[in-house]
Amino acid sequence: MNDVKTVLRSFILENLLPGENPGNLTDDTELKESGILDSMSTLKLVTFLEDQYKIEFAANDLEPGNLSSIASLERLVRSKL
Amino acid sequence: MSLAALLEGSPTFAVRAEGTELGQPELAKRSDAVKNRLWQLGVRPGDRVGLRLRKSPDAVVAIFGTLKAGAAYVPVDATSPAARGAYILNDCQVKAVITEETLRPALQAELDALSASPAFIDPRDIPAAPDVPTVHAQPDDVAYILYTSGSTGKPKGVVLSHRNALSFLDWCSSIFRPTADDVFSSHAPFHFDLSILDLFLPAKHGAKLVLINEELGKDPMRLAAAIAEERITHWYSTPSILTLLCEFGKLDRHDCSALRAVLFAGEVFPVPKFRAIRERWPQARYFNLYGPTETNVCTWYEVPGDGSWQTRDTFPIGRPCPPNLSRVVDEHGEDVPTGVAGELVINGPNVMQGYWNRPELTAASFIADAAGRQWYRTGDIVTAEADGAYTYRGRRDRMVKRRGYRVELGEIEAALLRHPDVREAAVVATRDDDWGVRIAAFVSCHAGRTLSIIGLKSHSSSQLPPYMIPDVFRKVDALPRTSTDKVDLQTLAASL
Repeated sequence: MNDVKTVLRSFILENLLPGENPGNLTDDTELKESGILDSMSTLKLVTFLEDQYKIEFAANDLEPGNLSSIASLERLVRSKL
Repeated sequence: MSLAALLEGSPTFAVRAEGTELGQPELAKRSDAVKNRLWQLGVRPGDRVGLRLRKSPDAVVAIFGTLKAGAAYVPVDATSPAARGAYILNDCQVKAVITEETLRPALQAELDALSASPAFIDPRDIPAAPDVPTVHAQPDDVAYILYTSGSTGKPKGVVLSHRNALSFLDWCSSIFRPTADDVFSSHAPFHFDLSILDLFLPAKHGAKLVLINEELGKDPMRLAAAIAEERITHWYSTPSILTLLCEFGKLDRHDCSALRAVLFAGEVFPVPKFRAIRERWPQARYFNLYGPTETNVCTWYEVPGDGSWQTRDTFPIGRPCPPNLSRVVDEHGEDVPTGVAGELVINGPNVMQGYWNRPELTAASFIADAAGRQWYRTGDIVTAEADGAYTYRGRRDRMVKRRGYRVELGEIEAALLRHPDVREAAVVATRDDDWGVRIAAFVSCHAGRTLSIIGLKSHSSSQLPPYMIPDVFRKVDALPRTSTDKVDLQTLAASL
């Protein structure tokens, strides 16, 4: 299985930040406040992760704290594996 | 008759939110406290009161309290940057602002910077004030001002009267025939004109109103559960939200059989997306409601129950809502024949009074006919079908609809140009089969500077509401120009 952070980083760069220099997106880049993850892109990301890892998120998994960075998203995904 | 009187006349009206219910007696008492406090602070009939509140019973109380004081309410988005809210509240010179304590400091700092100093009211802590009578507003008194995206970079205020709203509500009563047993949803925020039906129609008929707050409204799984648990009978939202519910809400797990009317407005609903929701909720009637903020809903179409819509690409926007009148005109204001594209213009009691403090813009938004009647120019290009129903074809300007909101691309460009490193900015919108519209921004930077896309997104989210943040940013050395030195938007759109 691919490293979760790598999977998250490539999904975000490809779908939400096309054209961005990959070096600008770090594990700690703020995703919610900066407008990178809005309500619509959050749903796309969640659906992608559910398909990719055959996991299911509950409604309360999607709190802002769990979506604030690649690092926190990785922790959320790993807790479901 | 005024909007405030709707609350007084409906003892069974109740507002539910997050498991608690506020009945009409409590709503009346608490809105009286707001009215009395506003009066004590010097608010008088004809004044404006700003509201920057999250969707909550407090916000409903604040709206009715403001109306009871004879003032107009000016709702601003609590999830948008405070600077945008402060610009709006300063533009219409509010006397007081009702806002939660947590939202106050940022807004007050922005208002201070504009040298505006309205009184503040915390809806959770209203000091007792002497009782004053409810003001019985006249039909042409201003009831509320809704700000929409402005092409020159600043939002503009649409001024709407009690008559405008009450006329629309009378039409709603005749079509939807609500009863005190009905349960209405309130999904749209209070600064969005869909909220007028949500809030005041159940008040008029003594029905229940279920408030859907910002977090719940964006979470399809919990939203689907709420529609089922609350036994909602009347749902009203943008098509985008219905599509989200269908695609991410796991609707097969929820019994939403109480739904009897699903109303959608604000943007085009692609028929394949509609088909999916119709299959999930076959028992409901479906209505496509059309109208800019300036007219609230002014035309309507009920999707026929017999399936004859299946072969269509898009739904018509339908026929005018009586007693409003409509015409399709060419650029000279002359009627065009059936089937020929022209601009839809509207006359009648739903039509706004004008834009706040923008007489030139107001004048440009109306045309007069030979009899001297004023017609509001919607800017929407439509064709009339043989049966009289209109079909939407596009816009005559650079406005687009995204998630039901009006977006002037020029306002996004103006926000991007406020970034210190941005030299030029141009924004184009393209069609997206799934979500209606995608917005792309092209920017060039000043010599010696660099721009990151994350930085541009972050800047945009500090300046603009979430629905106006571009999906795509492209960095270019210089924007392409036409032979007349205008930005070549067609070339930019073609490059996507």
